[in-house]
Formats: sequence, C-alpha cells, structure tokens
Amino acid sequence: MNLLDVSFLGETFLALCRGIPLTLQLTAISITSGALLATLLAALRLSGNRPLDALARGYIFVFRGTPLLVQLYIIYYGLSQFPELRRSFAWPFLREPYWCASLALCLNTAAYSAEIIRGGVISVPLGQIEAAKAYGMGQLTLLRRIIAPQAIRLMLPAYSNELILVVKSTALASTITMMEVTGIAAKLISVSYRPVEIFICAGAIYLLLNFSITRLLRLVERRLSRDQRPLVLATGEQA
Amino acid sequence: MTVAPCIAAVEIARLEKCYGPLKVLHDISLKAQPGEVISILGASGSGKSTLLRCVNMLEVPNAGTVSIFGEAYKLEQSPDQPARVTDRRQLQRLRAQATMVFQSFNLWSHLTVLENLIEAPVHVQNRNRKACIAEAEALLERVGIADKRNAYPAHLSGGQQQRAAIARALAMHPKIMLFDEPTSALDPELVAEVLKVMRDLAAEGRTMLVVTHEMGFARNVSSRVVFLHKGYIEEDGTPAEVFSNPRSERFRQFISKYAH
Repeated sequence: MNLLDVSFLGETFLALCRGIPLTLQLTAISITSGALLATLLAALRLSGNRPLDALARGYIFVFRGTPLLVQLYIIYYGLSQFPELRRSFAWPFLREPYWCASLALCLNTAAYSAEIIRGGVISVPLGQIEAAKAYGMGQLTLLRRIIAPQAIRLMLPAYSNELILVVKSTALASTITMMEVTGIAAKLISVSYRPVEIFICAGAIYLLLNFSITRLLRLVERRLSRDQRPLVLATGEQA
Repeated sequence: MTVAPCIAAVEIARLEKCYGPLKVLHDISLKAQPGEVISILGASGSGKSTLLRCVNMLEVPNAGTVSIFGEAYKLEQSPDQPARVTDRRQLQRLRAQATMVFQSFNLWSHLTVLENLIEAPVHVQNRNRKACIAEAEALLERVGIADKRNAYPAHLSGGQQQRAAIARALAMHPKIMLFDEPTSALDPELVAEVLKVMRDLAAEGRTMLVVTHEMGFARNVSSRVVFLHKGYIEEDGTPAEVFSNPRSERFRQFISKYAH
C-alpha cells in the first residue's frame, strides 16, 4: 500500500468537504452571538460600576481559565442532570448537540472577545474623546461616531486571531457526535484505519477556511486604516 | 451687537477646584465681556489650563459658578462627593457655544479634515450637511489649508493640524472660543501660521480666552491679560497696564524670563 494514495486523498477530501457547512454554521452562530455577549461584557467592564464590573470579570475569569472541552462536556452531559431544566423551554435546544456546541463556543469566545473589545475602546486617544465632549457630543453620539469606528480598527488584529481560534475550536464539537469536518474525519478513520491521509485532508480544509478569513479581515483592516501613516519598523534607508 | 453689554460672555464667580486634598484654583472670579480677548498667563502648574477647562466643564469646579452669556451651568457641588454636572442637555448646548482648541489638536484621526469640520455641526447641531460642507470649505480656505480637505490628520504637519482644529471650532458658530496653549506643541517655525489665524479672529471681535506662553500675542493682540500663580489671580488688566507696570513681583519675574 502506498503511503500517500492520491485517489484516496481526493475521495477523503470530498467526503470531508461535506462537513464544511456544519463547521461554518457553528462558527457563524458562535461568532455572532459571542460578539453580542462580548459587547455587553465589555460594557459592564467599562461601566465604572463595581458590582457590574466584578460580574463581568468573574465571567471572563471562569470561561478563559477553563478548557473549552470541559465547558462543552458540562453543557452537553451535565445539564441533563437537572430535572427543572429538562422541563423548561430551553430543553428542546439543550438536548441537541448542535445547540450545546454553539452555546459552549459562544460563551467561550465571548470571554476572550470582551477583553479584545475593552482593549480597543480604552486605546482610543483620550484627547479625541475630550474633544468630542467639548463639542457638545452626548454619550451615544460619542460612542457611535468617535469611539466605535476607532475601537473597531484597533481591535481588528486581535479579533481576527479570535475568529481563527473559533474556527479551529469547532473541531471539539466532534466529541459530542457532531459530524462537522473533524467528526467525519474520525468516522472515516474508524472504518479505513488511515489517519495520516484523512487528518492531512482535514487540516488542509481548516487551513483553507482560515486562509479565506484572514484574507477577508486583511481587506477590512486595510479599508479601515486609510487614515494611518504607514508604519515602517525596519531600520535603515526605508525608515 | 445683539447682546446687551451688561451680560458677560463668560462669567466665573468664586470658583474653586481641588484634586483630592490639593486645591489648584482659589476663589477665582473673572468676567469676559463679548468681544474681549483675554490672555491667561502663568507658569506651568499655576492652574491656567484647569481654569479654562472649567469654562466648558471638562473640569467641574468644586465651588463657584460659571455662566455662558448669563446662563450658569447646573452643578451639584458637595464637600464629600466629586462635583458633577446635573443637566446634560444644558451642558451639551453650552459647550457647543464655547468651543475649544487644544494643545495637542485632538482632531478625530479616523475622519478627514473636512469630515472633522462637519462632524459636530451635523451630528450635534443637526445642521444641513450640504450647507456645512460648503461652509467648511470656506473655513479651510480661510485658514489656508483648502488643499488638505481630504487628508487625514496624521498626514498633516502640526501647524496644519492646529489650523484645521481652529476651523473645526469655527464651524460650530461659537460665541466664545477657548484656546488651551494652542501653539505649545508646535515647532517654532509653525507657530507663526497659527498665531496669524488667531490674530485675524481677534480682530473680528470674537470673544476669546487664550491660555498661552506667547508673550507677543498677549501683549499685542489680547485686550486683557490675566496672570495666575498657584491658583490665584495675581494680575488682571490691559496689556499696556500689566506689562509696563506690573503690580505683582511674580509677574515681573515671569515676564523677565520671556523677555530675552
């Protein structure tokens, strides 16, 4: 048997591609809901209200400090222990691995993203915020017109990191029976015993997905950075 | 003049400002009549910038009142809590009438020069965007940077940024202009272009409060000079009076340092 069988590689690749829609769905759901929750958490952190700040801090501490896999297992295996929950409106969702995976990814990415958002907001130069106040801007206008556009640009490099991490984290959903790219890969291995080809294909798919995401974000970043002077860190004649 | 001469453009009465236990302004009273150009001088740490920032409530005084054309800011001042403004709408309205030009320009870096000029008129004063653009272009022409209308602040020199910032302040149709050391962050060769714009504004009869280290401006352009020392007003009079016949020994020392 050839170590790398090209036709087998091709078949495997196509088989794994059927998992892409689910991988993308899990990513999209957790990113959007996670971003909303992160904005709320960042707002609490920046509220200046001690109890609210402590609440957000506690949340971030727990969800950043524990493994995503543990969070996923607690949600998927643990929640069913509570009869009250099994009788509640949420149960039709929480018994589905699809929603459990989405929820775990959302809660986890929200913790990281909240700190990214907070970092972006506090990096907006104070003088510009002061100028906006001195020109009669109210809180909402200030946030919408001055802080948000600059904070988004400032947090984009860190946030694209987070997006990539979420795409890769969806692989953990395979441990709770989800047939996304990694789930399909595991199943194929159990019947073919050819982990090398299969995992190479799975890795290539994740690379491809993340490549597209980084490209897209780079475009956005470039568009938002028209106001920046080119930063040249190299020493010597270009500087 | 539509305003009755008895109403001061800015009236500061018995103002005190503390940072914790440190009192930086002591019992300051100052009246600026419409059309007056007041230079506020003083060594660094004398409280002159803090005083100016109390006029638009970027610093909230712990005691005393500040009125803009007879309307006093509504404040809550109690000894055991930080002072604060109680009426946000009034605050925003009064601030738009007394626009500030900052030492470090503070142009909004994500907006072009033209966008900087129309930002507050359109989004704070809800004026017509097209009319604001036309007016902003005229203002840029006036301060001599019409060709930079689509440039971002980071692409301008300090002098150009400060002229853009002055145009931004003018675009609000302010009754009063506050200048917080407008030339202190500039290279010496760029100071003149900013001072020229300010001199023209003073000649138009605008009410201006100018915190500055430019003795030439204080002496030749302003109608009145106020000297602060350690949070007290030590000197207050016309440039002719205070420069030729200073009553305060500290002011004498202060001007001799600049008179080389």
